[in-house]
Amino acid sequence: MRLQLVRRPQHSSLMAAVSPLIAFALTLIIGAIIFIAIGKPPGAALYAYFVAPLTEMWSLHELAIKASPLIIIAVGLSVAYLSNNWNIGAEGQFIMGGIFGSLIPIVFPGFQNVLTLPLMILFGILGGMAWGAIPAFLKTRFNTNEILTSLMLVYVAQLFLDWLARGWLRDPQGYAFPGSIRFPPAATLPEIAPSQGGAHYGLVFALFVAVALWFVMTRTLKGFEVRVMGASPRAGRFAGFSSKRMTYFAFLLSGGLAGLAGISEVSGAIGQLRETISPGYGFTAIIVAFLGRLNPLGAVVAGFVLALTYLGGEAAQISLGISDKLARVFQGLLLFLVLACDTLIYYRVRFSAGRKAGEAA
Amino acid sequence: MTGETATTGGMLLEATGITKLFGALRACDGVDLSIRRGEIHSLLGENGAGKSTLVKMIFGSLEPNAGEIRWKGQPVRVTSPGIARKLGIGMVFQHFSLFEALTAAENIALSLDKTTPLSAIAAKARALSNEYGLPLDPDSLVGDLSVGERQRIEIIRCLLQEPDLIILDEPTSVLTPQEADKLFVTLERLKGEGRSILYISHRLEEVKRLCDRATVLRHGKVVDACDPRRETATSLARMMVGAEVHAVARAASAHAADAAPLLELHSLDRAPTGPFSIPLKGVSLAVRPGEVIGIAGVAGNGQGELFEAISGEALQPRAAMVTIRGKQAGQMGITARRLAGAAFVPEERLGHGAAPVMRLSENLVLSRHATDGRALIGRAGVIARGAVEAATKRINAAMDVRKSAEDPEASALSGGNLQKFIIGRELDRSPAVMVVNQPTWGVDAGAAARIRQSLIDLARSGSAVLVISQDLDELFEISDAIAVMHNGTLSKPMPIAEATYEKIGLLMGGAEPGHVPHDAMGLS
Repeated sequence: MRLQLVRRPQHSSLMAAVSPLIAFALTLIIGAIIFIAIGKPPGAALYAYFVAPLTEMWSLHELAIKASPLIIIAVGLSVAYLSNNWNIGAEGQFIMGGIFGSLIPIVFPGFQNVLTLPLMILFGILGGMAWGAIPAFLKTRFNTNEILTSLMLVYVAQLFLDWLARGWLRDPQGYAFPGSIRFPPAATLPEIAPSQGGAHYGLVFALFVAVALWFVMTRTLKGFEVRVMGASPRAGRFAGFSSKRMTYFAFLLSGGLAGLAGISEVSGAIGQLRETISPGYGFTAIIVAFLGRLNPLGAVVAGFVLALTYLGGEAAQISLGISDKLARVFQGLLLFLVLACDTLIYYRVRFSAGRKAGEAA
Repeated sequence: MTGETATTGGMLLEATGITKLFGALRACDGVDLSIRRGEIHSLLGENGAGKSTLVKMIFGSLEPNAGEIRWKGQPVRVTSPGIARKLGIGMVFQHFSLFEALTAAENIALSLDKTTPLSAIAAKARALSNEYGLPLDPDSLVGDLSVGERQRIEIIRCLLQEPDLIILDEPTSVLTPQEADKLFVTLERLKGEGRSILYISHRLEEVKRLCDRATVLRHGKVVDACDPRRETATSLARMMVGAEVHAVARAASAHAADAAPLLELHSLDRAPTGPFSIPLKGVSLAVRPGEVIGIAGVAGNGQGELFEAISGEALQPRAAMVTIRGKQAGQMGITARRLAGAAFVPEERLGHGAAPVMRLSENLVLSRHATDGRALIGRAGVIARGAVEAATKRINAAMDVRKSAEDPEASALSGGNLQKFIIGRELDRSPAVMVVNQPTWGVDAGAAARIRQSLIDLARSGSAVLVISQDLDELFEISDAIAVMHNGTLSKPMPIAEATYEKIGLLMGGAEPGHVPHDAMGLS
């Protein structure tokens, strides 16, 4: 028997919708095999990973807290990737957003009124945009590969944050521990339903951003420009669109949204600037973007799925003693399988009997 | 060369009952085709008649749903182009399958066995190109070559494999008359060597002259088989289309010679953009209202560069080099030039004139979003879908665009139908200036006639039309004057009353006007 890929005359919209589900199912199957291999009961382990976090209200809130930054970043990345600009540095832009936004409560602790939070958010977005503008400038000016520059700037941002949190922005009353002062209530993103759990308004930002960009991408000329420039740059130039401006647009948008996610995380979930503020959200969001089919609404669903792997990793560590690094394995598997299953959109799989072709020759 | 003796009545290939379904569409429906040894066999048909589908099945890029192919009397399953090549079937595609970042020789090497060193391939290719009169530098990058030159790579690549059957899909559509003549000599010679040729062309005169037999396809079925030498071009066209094809009507141009030109080029210079790109040198031209000016030239003499310079995809150093309706446009981008009243149709349909994976309605927005901003784009940049779809429908109806779905992706259309859409998209604006590069390349007779007529009609309604084409028949059919592009320079337009194929052909070969060299036809 032989497995053949046959190109479809037109791409399948059914498969475009179903392929992430197939990928998710395959991830579960391979996950079960891994659990068996390390001697854990696969049923209980998968339950701990993917179902247990959904059974209690507080953990649903936790899920929302983890999903919000993933969604906000992934929505921006989806737009950037559709335009053929490969921003891999959202993690760095997230961190710079967190730093810039935090400057307001840390440097001006007396400035506490209704404007504090909006100003922090604005600074967060600007911080992310500024960090995103660097690879855009290098790409348009010197034709530098944006994948490398944006990625390397992540490490710069991480070390910069580490240095700030241990040095200039450290809480003077903090017994020399790294980390800034705790933010006052006026600088804290409020919780949506404080009586039930800790989910903050970052979730509202995430849903708003996803719907807004879905509308822009599917209904407006700007969205059309993004899609043309990504799919067919020469036709895009013929349409009168500029590829340089598109590169800036993609990086400023995805950088700005990563910055928004960064300041939301610091202000809403952490409450101070620490030496690390992200468990890799900026990288995981790349998986979210692809699992969501580079569609902003898809990113909402995918964001919750990936958030579940974070929570499930913690839960499985507690209940079964499995290393929480396994969460990363699941994330990697999922990205790999999503990309592999995308083949099904353009190709049909055909099983044919072992007859070899072309024996007549 | 053919290892076995012929016992099958001289039939090289016999295909019977070939059927291919694409969803509900019967692209080929019980097609029979037989090719004798040492004959040139023509496959005729309009766009969408199933010619390409049929030859793809013979060449193994598609598999038939039903039917049998016999090769030298033996039933065979051609499941891949590799198998077809092993059998001795070679093909030169209409849309080339070449890697732009590789050289000609490297591209050729990709289809040969892996042991032959590159230098040997380059030497062999050079020898073949000399022998068959197909000038080609094997070391040049494909990305820098013109369409005509790319075709030569395909032909040489095919010949290197010493095939028994050579399939040629619209081979002369990019050649000068003299080049085409040379190709015919090459083909006659291959025929003399005992090889068979399956020749797909919409140029009926050519088919009459060259081919021994013809099979005519319409809507996926064989409707006729004939000896083209005994038919007239009109009777062949009638078989293909199933109705009379109307000749293009060209009323005498009513334009006033002293009217102010709508499009002017003043000593347009352009530096080369790549190592093999042609620099433009002092190109001057004026196109007046009511006038069609044709630009002839062998592929790769700067026509593409000229088109980009006029369209604004490349800007000029001085604003005065290009004027559109009196406006100095040299520093304007393509959108501003469109707003000044110009419309453009580039040579490449997929990927330049249209985005392949986008729907026709989206491809309408591609070139019209600025000029029809008020009608197509609503407040806050929201695309007015209703208006866009209505305009798409209007264009499809006006140009008779045939398609399988209501609003298909551009890549799902046949070349001719997509071209009708792209031209119709611009005509729908009634532009004051229309610049078209290769309007009917690879387009069948019916569609080409419609496109040419629409360009003449546009000019007669008072617009200025500039047509860049390698098809001389076409230029003689529609132009009021013809200028020739050679090595980045443009000759003075020759009024159609004075122009002859020979004079234009000489200018295409680089002769000075008024000076006739002795070996007038030596153009290589």
